[in-house]
Amino acid sequence: MRINLNNRYEEFEGEQMTITDLLRIKNFSFRLLVIKVNGRLVRREEYDMTVIRDGDRVAVVHLVSGG
Amino acid sequence: MSKIKGAMTDELKKYCVGIAGCGGLGSNCAVALSRVGIGRLIIVDYDVVNKSNLNRQYYFIDQIGRKKTAALMETLRRINPDVRVTAYDRPLAPQDVLPVFGNCDVIVEALDDREMKRMLIETILSELPGKPLVIASGLAGWGNNNALTTRTMDNVYVCGDETSEAGDDMPPLAPRVGIVANMQANQVLEILLGAMK
Repeated sequence: MRINLNNRYEEFEGEQMTITDLLRIKNFSFRLLVIKVNGRLVRREEYDMTVIRDGDRVAVVHLVSGG
Repeated sequence: MSKIKGAMTDELKKYCVGIAGCGGLGSNCAVALSRVGIGRLIIVDYDVVNKSNLNRQYYFIDQIGRKKTAALMETLRRINPDVRVTAYDRPLAPQDVLPVFGNCDVIVEALDDREMKRMLIETILSELPGKPLVIASGLAGWGNNNALTTRTMDNVYVCGDETSEAGDDMPPLAPRVGIVANMQANQVLEILLGAMK
């Protein structure tokens, strides 16, 4: 499958995966993230249930303190 | 040149920008937007000016102990009295987001704490979908100018390096905080005026 991750196309094995899978594969270990799939916000409690498929557009923002 | 400048100033007067937080990011961003003549600013913060803020925040020695919203309002008025400033002196709760920022053309996330950042961003994305939102993430420390970027995802703009977290060995300091605050202000202008030709 091919998805648009943070404005770049990336290939992944398989036909689909959850947000949790994606975070593990990409080593996105930051505790605080904001994630949008196809423009829609996905909350933390939905990471296990939200499925990403070929052609989806995924945005992952790391939030760190400081301001 | 002056004609273009006049048209730009007239255009900016039409718009309202909400700024959540009046710390290093919010105070510097508000100053930049006031200098260019934004029509209206809505600023929110619950804190008072502390001596330790002066290493990066747009406050002065004689404002220590004062409410940040009141002190910033005074500074903005000294810079440009035409900007209409509305201040909310309170912590921002999820239920405040819609009534406080609902009518803004752009919202700037200028909070310090990452949990607060997340709360604000998630609330705006779910309650005000499509509203342009300029957030900051990763600005502590010094140097490494070229790591600071702006990333666009639909209506969300992320300024900073998304990595440098503030901590005891990594303080937020005037240069980098100021750069990111001004990147946020610059992004606001691009959203309101369109990309530069």
